[in-house]
Amino acid sequence: MSVQLDARPPVLPAPTTRSHRLSRFDTRYSPYLYITPFFLLFAVFGAYPLAYTFWVSLHDWDLLGTDHAFVGAENYTRLLADADFWHAVVNTLGIFVISTVPQLLAALWLANLLNRQLRARTGWRMAVLIPNVTSTAAVAIVFGVLFGREFGMVNWLLDLIGIDAVGWKSNRFASWVAISAMVDWRWTGYNALIFLAAMQAIPRDLYESAAIDGASRARQFWSITVPLLKPTIIFAVIISTIGGLQLFTEPRLFHSGTNPIRGGPLRESQTVTMYMFENAFAPHYNFGYGSAVAWLLFALIAIVAAVNVLIIRRLGGQTPGGRAAKGDLR
Amino acid sequence: MSRLWRASPLTYAALVLAAFLSIFPIYWMFVVASRSSDAMGQVPPPVTPGGNLGANIARLFGNTDAYFLTGLINSAIVATTVTASVVFFSTLAGFAFAKLRFRGRNALLMVIIATMMVPTQLGVIPLYLLMTKLNWNDRLPAVIVPALVTGFGVFMMRQYAGQAVSTELIEAARMDGCGTWRVYWNVVLPALRPAAAVLGLLTFMTTWNDFLWPYAVLNDPENPTVQLSLRALSDGYYQDMSQVFTGTAIATLPLLLVFVLFGRQIIGGIMEGAVKA
Repeated sequence: MSVQLDARPPVLPAPTTRSHRLSRFDTRYSPYLYITPFFLLFAVFGAYPLAYTFWVSLHDWDLLGTDHAFVGAENYTRLLADADFWHAVVNTLGIFVISTVPQLLAALWLANLLNRQLRARTGWRMAVLIPNVTSTAAVAIVFGVLFGREFGMVNWLLDLIGIDAVGWKSNRFASWVAISAMVDWRWTGYNALIFLAAMQAIPRDLYESAAIDGASRARQFWSITVPLLKPTIIFAVIISTIGGLQLFTEPRLFHSGTNPIRGGPLRESQTVTMYMFENAFAPHYNFGYGSAVAWLLFALIAIVAAVNVLIIRRLGGQTPGGRAAKGDLR
Repeated sequence: MSRLWRASPLTYAALVLAAFLSIFPIYWMFVVASRSSDAMGQVPPPVTPGGNLGANIARLFGNTDAYFLTGLINSAIVATTVTASVVFFSTLAGFAFAKLRFRGRNALLMVIIATMMVPTQLGVIPLYLLMTKLNWNDRLPAVIVPALVTGFGVFMMRQYAGQAVSTELIEAARMDGCGTWRVYWNVVLPALRPAAAVLGLLTFMTTWNDFLWPYAVLNDPENPTVQLSLRALSDGYYQDMSQVFTGTAIATLPLLLVFVLFGRQIIGGIMEGAVKA
């Protein structure tokens, strides 16, 4: 790929001068020096905490106690029987599904719109990306007000078309929808740009030959664009899974008042990460139990990501057009 | 070269709708920020700016619960330090991975890619215990130091350096007696500038927005980042929404400014990264 830098310049004889030795030392060892900061930092603040989380989760470990008794799997067995934990798992999965599916479909559609001859191309792209750069905390607060029960704009609009006010914070499912709206608002445009980039890499003549064969626009989209986008879609799904299942800031700040870490008085929209915080930090400071939540969440993310990838592979593999298009591309 | 489909009026109509949905919440944030505190109870809700912005700003900075000014200053310190550091260490490591030969290079690169998939947020509890030991709780190093270099940054710079830095140029510099450090500083860094700028912008925005980790480790209400100030405002017992929205608007303003000035580059960076990933 690249020319080897440590190959010695042939013009030089091999005098063992000081500068020569220095230069050999430089080419051999300085690469390690340059990459060390990352590995050092990741070891201390990334890998070690993750492993140590497991260690802590095997102990009865709280803020005040000094002797952290080893309790084995007790935190885990307690957690598996903890109704509040499963409640949070259901909330997280529910919010994940009703946010991710429409989000990725909308992003595909939006990318398809942006992939045309447009006036003010950059302007449109900026307009759809702008939610992604705004502060998550600020957005969560604003949406909390838009979805307010009494004076929220969403309920006011619903009222205009004759729908009764919805308790966006007190009804469990409604709160999932509101939080999903927030997540989608932030990420749809971003994913659309990712899809757009992949769409632009598809050779135009594929569409031309399909058009000559009489395939409609819609047919071309589903039989050429979507199958060829599969790697990008899988990438987006994995990223959405990792982010979506760890959802925290949006639901946390959607609720205010007393004990918002519970995600509403009856834990209507408490996610697993919020449940981890509730146990590990204020008010309980039970580090052992919180760490067990973290590890089960980690397992959940791995499982859901694997399932998602399987589903998408399956869906794509069954499209006959997918294979045809790939054959054409070679 | 064949051409893209032409956009129909329907395309534009759909894009206008998408743009409206994107921009409206941000616009409305500024509307409420410029109105008096009774704007919240009005039916229909106000959609045009009022004349109360100055008074709201004064009340916001005078609010003794939110420490908003401290939050702004802290966030500026954290975001600029982290950005400078991430750009420096990522370009350096990216250069090493793309252009230098060393034992274990490919394996180490795979490790970096793998770290990008690990949800490190799940390590917050031991990280909190670690910060307690270091006596960094409630202090800015706790949010700065763990973020000083990222796998994402190293990988992005490595991808860019592979294609943007000419190997011949590096060779020539080596012939002239440059060590690897001078090659980095005089040849590689200038060539990496466009990508490094995008990385810097993305890092600045992510760091400015970060909520979860500062929320865990900065518990002293008198020493928040700006996002924690927003939380304090929003969780307050008595909610004065025009004041809260003034806070969210000011916290968003630097990001909007960066985006308006460098939006084209940011979009380019996101889309290039997508194709390579």
